[in-house]
Amino acid sequence: MKLTLKIWRQKNNNSKGEFKTYVHDHVSPDMSFLEMLDVLNEGLVKKGEEPVHFDHDCREGICGMCSLYINGRPHGPLQTTTCQLHMRSFKDGETITIEPWRAAAFPVVKDLVVDRSAFDRIQQAGGYVSVNTGGVPDGNAIPVPKKVADEAMDAAACIGCGACVAACKNASAMLFVSAKVSQYALLPQGQPERKERVEKMVAQMDEEGFGACTNTKACEAECPKSIKITNIARMNREYYSSMFTNYEVTVSGGGD
Amino acid sequence: MRSIFGFLYKYFQTRPTYMNWFSQLITSTIGKKLIMALTGLFLISFLIIHCTINAMIFLNDGGVTFSHWGHFMGTNPVIRTLEIGLVAGFLIHIFQGLLLIKKNRDSRPVRYQVEAPSPKSTWYSRSMGLLGTLLLLFLIMHTAHFWIPNRSNQFATGEELNLYQMMLNIFADPLIVILYVLGCISLAWHLLHGFWSAFQTLGLNHQRYNSIIHFVGTAFAIVVPLIFALMPIAIYLNWVH
Amino acid sequence: MALDSKIPEGSLAEKWSKHKFNLKLVNPANKRKYDVIVVGTGLAGASAAASLGELGYNVKAFCFQDSPRRAHSIAAQGGINAAKNYQNDGDSVYRLFYDTIKGGDYRAREANVHRLAEVSVNIIDQCVAQGVPFAREYGGTLANRSFGGAQVSRTFYARGQTGQQLLLGAYSALNRQIANGKVKMYNRTEMLDVVVVDGKARGIVTRDLVTGKIESHSAHAVLLCTGGYGNVFFLSTNAKGSNVTAAWRAHKKGAFFANPCFTQIHPTCIPVSGDHQSKLTLMSESLRNDGRVWVPREAKKGLKAKDAASIPEADRDYFLERKYPSFGNLVPRDVASRNAKYVCDEGRGVGATGLAVFLDFADAIKRDGRAVIEAKYGNLFDMYKQITGDDPYTMPMMIYPAVHYTMGGLWVDYNLMTTVPGLYALGECNFSDHGANRLGASALMQGLADGYFVIPYTLGDYLATIGWKDKVDINHPAFAESIKSVTDRQEKLLSIKGKKTVDQLHRELGLTMWEYCGMSRSESGLKKAKQIIQDIKKEFWTNVNVLGSGNELNMELEKANRVADFIELGELMVDDALNRTESCGGHFREESQMDGEALRNDKDFFYVSAWEYKGEGEQQALHKDPLVYEFVKPSQRSYK
Repeated sequence: MKLTLKIWRQKNNNSKGEFKTYVHDHVSPDMSFLEMLDVLNEGLVKKGEEPVHFDHDCREGICGMCSLYINGRPHGPLQTTTCQLHMRSFKDGETITIEPWRAAAFPVVKDLVVDRSAFDRIQQAGGYVSVNTGGVPDGNAIPVPKKVADEAMDAAACIGCGACVAACKNASAMLFVSAKVSQYALLPQGQPERKERVEKMVAQMDEEGFGACTNTKACEAECPKSIKITNIARMNREYYSSMFTNYEVTVSGGGD
Repeated sequence: MRSIFGFLYKYFQTRPTYMNWFSQLITSTIGKKLIMALTGLFLISFLIIHCTINAMIFLNDGGVTFSHWGHFMGTNPVIRTLEIGLVAGFLIHIFQGLLLIKKNRDSRPVRYQVEAPSPKSTWYSRSMGLLGTLLLLFLIMHTAHFWIPNRSNQFATGEELNLYQMMLNIFADPLIVILYVLGCISLAWHLLHGFWSAFQTLGLNHQRYNSIIHFVGTAFAIVVPLIFALMPIAIYLNWVH
Repeated sequence: MALDSKIPEGSLAEKWSKHKFNLKLVNPANKRKYDVIVVGTGLAGASAAASLGELGYNVKAFCFQDSPRRAHSIAAQGGINAAKNYQNDGDSVYRLFYDTIKGGDYRAREANVHRLAEVSVNIIDQCVAQGVPFAREYGGTLANRSFGGAQVSRTFYARGQTGQQLLLGAYSALNRQIANGKVKMYNRTEMLDVVVVDGKARGIVTRDLVTGKIESHSAHAVLLCTGGYGNVFFLSTNAKGSNVTAAWRAHKKGAFFANPCFTQIHPTCIPVSGDHQSKLTLMSESLRNDGRVWVPREAKKGLKAKDAASIPEADRDYFLERKYPSFGNLVPRDVASRNAKYVCDEGRGVGATGLAVFLDFADAIKRDGRAVIEAKYGNLFDMYKQITGDDPYTMPMMIYPAVHYTMGGLWVDYNLMTTVPGLYALGECNFSDHGANRLGASALMQGLADGYFVIPYTLGDYLATIGWKDKVDINHPAFAESIKSVTDRQEKLLSIKGKKTVDQLHRELGLTMWEYCGMSRSESGLKKAKQIIQDIKKEFWTNVNVLGSGNELNMELEKANRVADFIELGELMVDDALNRTESCGGHFREESQMDGEALRNDKDFFYVSAWEYKGEGEQQALHKDPLVYEFVKPSQRSYK
């Protein structure tokens, strides 16, 4: 196969980027999209040109590190991760435009690499159950209905790749945040901090500069792990419930 | 002594946070959407009444029934008070919507070169701002035609205008009819997404009730704008006279 | 130097609890005076960093990925073992211990493995409390399955994404400590050296991968949780970024490297599709429960999966069923892998490359119906189709073995401390618990056991012993020296400007390792490999081409740095494989077999090989750490 690639090149966060066009005529339909870029890079290095930088790691669709906005869609034409996208999904002679995720909260680091640490900070704001190691009850002490466990697992399957943000016209992170909020809101282990958690995580999400949700379902349509927007509705509920009904007790430290 | 200081300390410590939660709620992205959803649903309820009363023209009784109810709506003190809420609802929905457009644009300062969204996401859901802006333009024209002259006249003379006659006059102009029909089409698309979207924003998304919400939303988005659009058409084509 | 494994006295079941009592404690008020460095944020690293932060130590954690959540533990599919005996099917701590020891072909330490089995039960409780959504029964209790041929159902799982869920659990605990200020996280930062002063590990030198800044970090102890070295083969199921650099630099600073030749090769991976192949994808082992493995009786060059149906039943060789009638397609990983290699060596392999065998579900679909097979393996079949373009419902899958896990690693004592005091190795990075072969669903268990339940105790003992004043500042000349050597090496890599790319050389290394130090190893092959690797090393340092500079994001430079270490490790693996003339677990020496099956030699090789770095270009020195079995009597494996 022969392809024309239009790739965003940007030296670093401070410099201005631009599209560069490459003709790639060593493409096999069995290559994954990232392998296609590997081969391109191998050729570039041999020619003494700087290779295209892109994030990737596990290459089996689970680590969430690969990104790439391919021909107008995050992770390309299929609802999967870029590493699981194969060149047989493209036609010989096609022009492919490859851009980084675009969002104020995801600044470009270099070429197609973006900084997604905003996701980490949102999780740090409350995406956990406050238990220390040891001193926890037996795993079977609290029964969890199978349907609840399954629904929590559906939400927990999120790989944090950021395709939802990339797909959303508002660069909103609601699908990502709601998946995490849902997992803990559903499970009994998440109950003690349920209200504070959603409040803090939403506040951090806003702090990072993600947009609002217009319920366009673009995120759900692109999510490689099929996270549903029912999670967003659940997060909204959780948020209102927290804001309207949270306890009035203010914690004021230990006794004297 | 200690307890007085303790009380004062506690009072000053907690006082500034009093109602803080509310401002936090309405300034958060979710809270802003909550306002859009609530005002949107309120405006939808207004549409039902507006549409029902205006549909009285189809009785073709020379506007008797229509004028009767129009008079009621224009003079009943309860309705007049509620009207203030309606104006506020419009203004809040419009301004919040514009602010959200601004915020959402700022969230992606660099646009994509190529955009080809998945067909699972509808164009009109992604164009609520555009449809809303069209509706705003329509609303300005529409209120300039009826509501503003009528209310100013009431304010100045205490007399209502003959809205039925005004309709017959205004919809004699084919250009206006076309603009009204276009306004109704924008309204249809806006409602087609907005109705369901309001429920989603309120967190009302449940397997058991989704199909009914979708059905009612779709029916509403088709029926109400259709009835509205038929009014100028019917008058222009002299079905109603 | 005599190796002291510090195995506690006493009966097997008492060793760990007695040892915990004998370990010194750090006064709670003093914990904040201690700094600890954790390198790597997979299951072992994230759980260790979180647990130590909770205890009150000041932790600095490092990962080369853009987020700690990306570590390759995330890719583990199957599950995690624990001796809960929730199924009332006869499981116990002792049985899990015994299965692990036996599965490791009697090359793991009894005491370590028993401790692992003991704490396995706590791991499940911990993960449940963190909100890990394990699979449940309708009554709300935790579900279990039997995994990898185990006789009991002791494997806990979260769909096919158990590693992901456990890692996200540990990551959430880590996040909590980051938010509390007890852990400082350094993303996109790679460790390039351990700094040793007065014989103790005092800190590390890192490179900020975005800015290229080389920095020093000092601490009272350094924990390496950096995973395995399967990428020495270039093609493996490891993530592209997985590397040996941290462990190797530690090795060069005095940490012994144990059993480097023990690698696990997984039989059911998707075969290589061409020269562009960048990594291999594992298909769950469970597929062998219903799939039948076969090749044509006569070589059929380039036989495609869609033409497989044209081969009549009589012309098919179901070689696993033929050779191992009682175990059939369910023989252990190493046996299945090796036999696939044999038939392909005979020229009977299928597919375009001839390096694949069929895994056929036609009979299972005929027997149980498509719906049943779809319910069991639907997601795996979809994944296979996604990658290969072939539909396994209508034609057989093609599979081939691939490197999957490395049992070898840095030598550690019972406290997980390497031969450098203050330097620890946790998880896959150490060698201790899996012997010569790892059982399915045990890797996750070991990573979390080390991080949550072992290191918080054993590290405290070391810290209490040295005292909080025993720390070296980053202004110590040793740090400057280390920075200089790291920078010099980087400059050297950038200045060669040769003709070959890093990947090219890495592929050459990988092919050599796979050919001569892979599923089957012989003296002549290994000797040849040693020569080739030395040539590759020479070629690398004279003819590699690394573009760009050191003070920016430069992924070619990162790769070059890692591959340089892989080359040196490759040579050590070959040395270790040469030394071990027995066959055991994942290590098969052609010279040591009986009736075509692996033959272990307990008389001469009942020890852990621990290699000491002796300097650039010098032969490494072998230290034998004897295995002492007090409770289990080793037996020869047989699957006939």
